[in-house]
Amino acid sequence: MLDIKNVKKTFNPGTINEKKALNGIDLHLDEGEFVTVIGGNGAGKSTMLNMIAGVYPVDCGSIVIDGIDVTRLPEYKRAKYLGRVFQDPMTGTAADMQIEENLALAARRGKRRTLRSGITKKERAEYKELLKVLDLGLEDRLTAKVGLLSGGQRQALTLLMATLNKPKLLLLDEHTAALDPKTAKKVLDITEEIVEKNNLKTIMITHNMADAIRVGNRLIMMHEGRIVVDVKGEEKKKLTIEELLQMFEASSGSQFTSDKVMLSAK
Amino acid sequence: MEILTQLLNALPGSVSQGLIWGIMAIGVYITYRLLDIPDLTVDGSFATGGAVAVMLILNGCNLWLAMFLSFIAGLLAGAVTGLLHTLMGIPPILAGILTQLSLYSINLKIMGKANQSVNVNQTDLLVSLRWVKEFAFHNPLVTVGIVLLILIAFLYWFFGTEMGCALRATGSNLNMSRAQGINTNFNKVLGIMLSNGLVAFSGAFLAQYQGFADVKMGQGAIVIGLAAVIIGEALFGKIFRNFALRLLSVALGSIIYYIVIQAVITLGFDANLLKLLSATIVAIFLAVPYWKSKYNENHIKGSKKGDRINA
Repeated sequence: MLDIKNVKKTFNPGTINEKKALNGIDLHLDEGEFVTVIGGNGAGKSTMLNMIAGVYPVDCGSIVIDGIDVTRLPEYKRAKYLGRVFQDPMTGTAADMQIEENLALAARRGKRRTLRSGITKKERAEYKELLKVLDLGLEDRLTAKVGLLSGGQRQALTLLMATLNKPKLLLLDEHTAALDPKTAKKVLDITEEIVEKNNLKTIMITHNMADAIRVGNRLIMMHEGRIVVDVKGEEKKKLTIEELLQMFEASSGSQFTSDKVMLSAK
Repeated sequence: MEILTQLLNALPGSVSQGLIWGIMAIGVYITYRLLDIPDLTVDGSFATGGAVAVMLILNGCNLWLAMFLSFIAGLLAGAVTGLLHTLMGIPPILAGILTQLSLYSINLKIMGKANQSVNVNQTDLLVSLRWVKEFAFHNPLVTVGIVLLILIAFLYWFFGTEMGCALRATGSNLNMSRAQGINTNFNKVLGIMLSNGLVAFSGAFLAQYQGFADVKMGQGAIVIGLAAVIIGEALFGKIFRNFALRLLSVALGSIIYYIVIQAVITLGFDANLLKLLSATIVAIFLAVPYWKSKYNENHIKGSKKGDRINA
């Protein structure tokens, strides 16, 4: 389970650029929960994921993953517990390295890196099988440089890398936003498949309201660094976009304004 | 005809120098290409390697042990730059310059004065320019050539290990590396150390080869290293895909650099202008990929600059 208590973050405090990104986030995730996160620009969605991942230190509060307090751990140490996929397909993979090398790096996440071989024959065979499941033709290109892949292929590969070594928590930061609709759908399908198969706790940020409602078993909406809507179970299944907008207005006291989200809601 | 004879005569010497500097250039390759950090420590650590080796040899130290200790001295110099960058947040170029400057004093202290010579007639040495035309194992072409191949084999193995892969990933993508649990700061320090170890090792060879170590022997070393990397990539980049071959191409780049320099001198080029020439060549080669991308951006197929659109 994941336990976030009263996490706050202000960027550039005391300057003219001061930005209160998180105003006290409390979030508890049980086993098997797949949360979709939606909210306008600057609502603090990405900051929340970055706080969990340890990209920046928190101002106050605590983050506990499966009983381990990670609040003060540096990013690379927390990586042991986390699988991450980013919005920019360039971020999640090493472009200068081969597909199999990227996977081998991911397979060693959270383990000591020694002077043993960076990739074994046995692994190669495994990766081939795993890539076959993605159905993107990557299984025959194990030694191709990742830089040669398309954005969708890279995101699918990053997803595979994030879950190769089963994480305690999967963090998806608008990982389909940079893809064309068809590829985005494919990557989202793969996401659901992998999450279900491994029964992963997942937090997925999306700007697509329909996806946010359809995918996962819990939905939260953020506004000005706070969680303002939290729906789960049966209630979430029956949710419509109109209801969601009403709930948002009722609890945040303001209109939901995000062009990106509104456009993709149509 | 006479010039050609002169060139051929000088060829073994140029190739020997190229081989020695090739080790140095491989060090530069590790920081510049693999870590994506231009490290200027090398100008200082090259001389440190020479100074340490010469002083140890003068004091009767075993030759290979002296080489090894020079390598260690280089590792330490690299560690200083690495920590200045990662622990103290100093940009890598500036961190390298700071270490390079302080090494100047340290090198003076190691040698006690600005230069120290080792005479091949009085002291046993691993390599010497006296032997470049001898048909024997101690010919620098053979000794340095074999050492270079061993080093390439070692690096090929190392960069294939879990640790080596993590180091390459750090150079390729910092965000991805951290997300995959790689301590990127540690790997940066490790890479800069390894690089400077090789550079100092190369300096130790050159000091013996030329019969002296000098505090200024590393001046402009980074430019020679970059030139070797760039020449190697330009000439062999398309055919050498394997990592070991790419390291070899850097060494070949260094050899070609020294042959070209020798040719230019033989043809009567003012030797005082050599560094200017080297810097210019490196600057142009560094600019070519940038110009290429600019050209490609501005020349979209089927349109010309300033075309009017007739809607």
